[in-house]
Amino acid sequence: MYAQMVKSEGMKSADEMSPEERAFQERIDRNEKIEPKEWMPEGYRKTLIRQIGQHAHSEIVGQLPEGNWITRAPTLERKAILLAKVQDEAGHGLYLYSAAETLGVSRDELFEKLHSGAMKYSSIFNYPTLTWADMGAVGWLVDGAAIMNQVPLQRTSYGPYSRAMIRICKEESFHQRQGYAIMMKMAEGTPEQKEMAQDALNRFWYPALMMFGPSDKDSVHSAQSMAWKIKMNTNDELRQKFVDETVPQAEYLGLTVPDETLRWNDERGHYDFAEPDWEEFFEVIKGNGPCNRERLEARRTAWDNGQWFRDGLSAYADKSAARRRAATVAAE
Amino acid sequence: MPSLPDMTTPDVVALAESAAAAQSHDPHVQDVDLKPAFFDWLCRMGDNTLILGHRISEWCGHGPALEEDIALANTALDLIGHTQMWLGLAAEVQSEGRTADDLAFLRDAMKFRNLQLAELPNGDMAVTLMREFLFDAWHFHMLTALTRSASPRVAEIAAKALKEVSYHLERSSDLVVRLGDGTQESHARMQEALDRLWPYSGEMFVADAVDDAVANAGIAPVLADLQPAWQQTVEEVLAEATLTRPEGRADVHRGGKQGRHTEHLGYILAQMQFLQRAYPGASW
Repeated sequence: MYAQMVKSEGMKSADEMSPEERAFQERIDRNEKIEPKEWMPEGYRKTLIRQIGQHAHSEIVGQLPEGNWITRAPTLERKAILLAKVQDEAGHGLYLYSAAETLGVSRDELFEKLHSGAMKYSSIFNYPTLTWADMGAVGWLVDGAAIMNQVPLQRTSYGPYSRAMIRICKEESFHQRQGYAIMMKMAEGTPEQKEMAQDALNRFWYPALMMFGPSDKDSVHSAQSMAWKIKMNTNDELRQKFVDETVPQAEYLGLTVPDETLRWNDERGHYDFAEPDWEEFFEVIKGNGPCNRERLEARRTAWDNGQWFRDGLSAYADKSAARRRAATVAAE
Repeated sequence: MPSLPDMTTPDVVALAESAAAAQSHDPHVQDVDLKPAFFDWLCRMGDNTLILGHRISEWCGHGPALEEDIALANTALDLIGHTQMWLGLAAEVQSEGRTADDLAFLRDAMKFRNLQLAELPNGDMAVTLMREFLFDAWHFHMLTALTRSASPRVAEIAAKALKEVSYHLERSSDLVVRLGDGTQESHARMQEALDRLWPYSGEMFVADAVDDAVANAGIAPVLADLQPAWQQTVEEVLAEATLTRPEGRADVHRGGKQGRHTEHLGYILAQMQFLQRAYPGASW
């Protein structure tokens, strides 16, 4: 899940709603898609901007931990696959910023909020990628967790967001398979490779569980977002689904999930598992994770160093528009 | 118990076999007399794309605009794809049981055959783009000539790569023009990048015995024959970009093709080859 703790506007009962708001809610209840130029409550628009923006930021900051290994990828094929994958992430960022633009916020405004710290990106990208096995673990666990949330979001009520999700999900499920393929190679490789694979799972397991956000009982913004169908499942539902799907995959690899309490519960039909350290999660969200500072600095530096480049292109565009105008005038 | 999703289908081997079966028969690949020069020349082609691809990939996530991040990663990806083809054929010609990966990850700097231009540090986007442009213009004319190679295998690779490189040249030319004729600052940066890179650009056209041998075999064009077309492309773009072609010699810095490199290549290889060197024989 690339959107965590997105603040949603207060929930209204049917009696408190204006006729417009009630009609809007009824459209959503009928599973109609809301399109950009149609009327929508201000809270719906704002919440969507926060959520889509956070998701978009996560995609572009997410380039960094994986980009970290492109120049060190162990084979030409792995290098090509990783490059393609990171390029996909940037592409997802582009679709999502475009979806956000349909709600009346520009990409530059969203960037500014990212750079100033006013908007967040997923906590997961504040963890370092330390060995090649992390490229496997990120694909398998991080993209795997993202898919859990994004597959239902293909049915979300806002048309442009839903359509972006449909494209993104196709690529994400491919990424997850790529990550798993790396893990398989490592797990069946030399003792050192197997050690790297286990270490990657040890480090990424709990941060991956945190991606779904705090437990439902502590999640204050869910109800309204779920009524608007911009959040389709609760955090705990998705986390459980992720654990249920991932544990057998870890077993297949011959790796051990770093949770001594992990047990299959026949009665519930689910795994019982340990909660991540939520204090750590809140620290990471606050900016105190292992790589928060580097990640944000890298993005700010890229933006600042690119100022002359963007200015140059704008100046050229203005000049050529002026030249075209002059040519038209001369021709008349 | 939830079922394990299907994440283990091994279709890679079948794909590789069908691709190999589709390849043309090429007598040059087994020509013993030609082997040393042909191998060396293929390494030049593959090392150029590998090292330039490596440099461009360093931008990943650090570009000046999201569209540039995507374009830079895409360009690097194309170049790594070309590397797989050129070094794959080089390994076949060498016939010592090595693979493209062995050539990429287990040769030291002395054995690398890329132009010095390709290994120069990225600098700012002006240097990166100008380096791409000067290389793309050569790459485009080279590949165009190679599509008529007497070696069917070389012609096939060239035809495939040319589709992508045509786009690389279009993109880098366009950006050189826009930034050259943009603001005062972007103009100054582009001119500075050109002045700095120009003395490395001539190496592309300085032929040695290897180039002569592959040219005589009809595999590759005579390098000097490519220069007028390159010159024309470069001059047209620079003129439109309001940039001035430097006065000095273009072939001051050379030797990369023979394995004499700048100090920078060693660091590229230290990074690129780390895993293969640290864990010899491991499969990834």
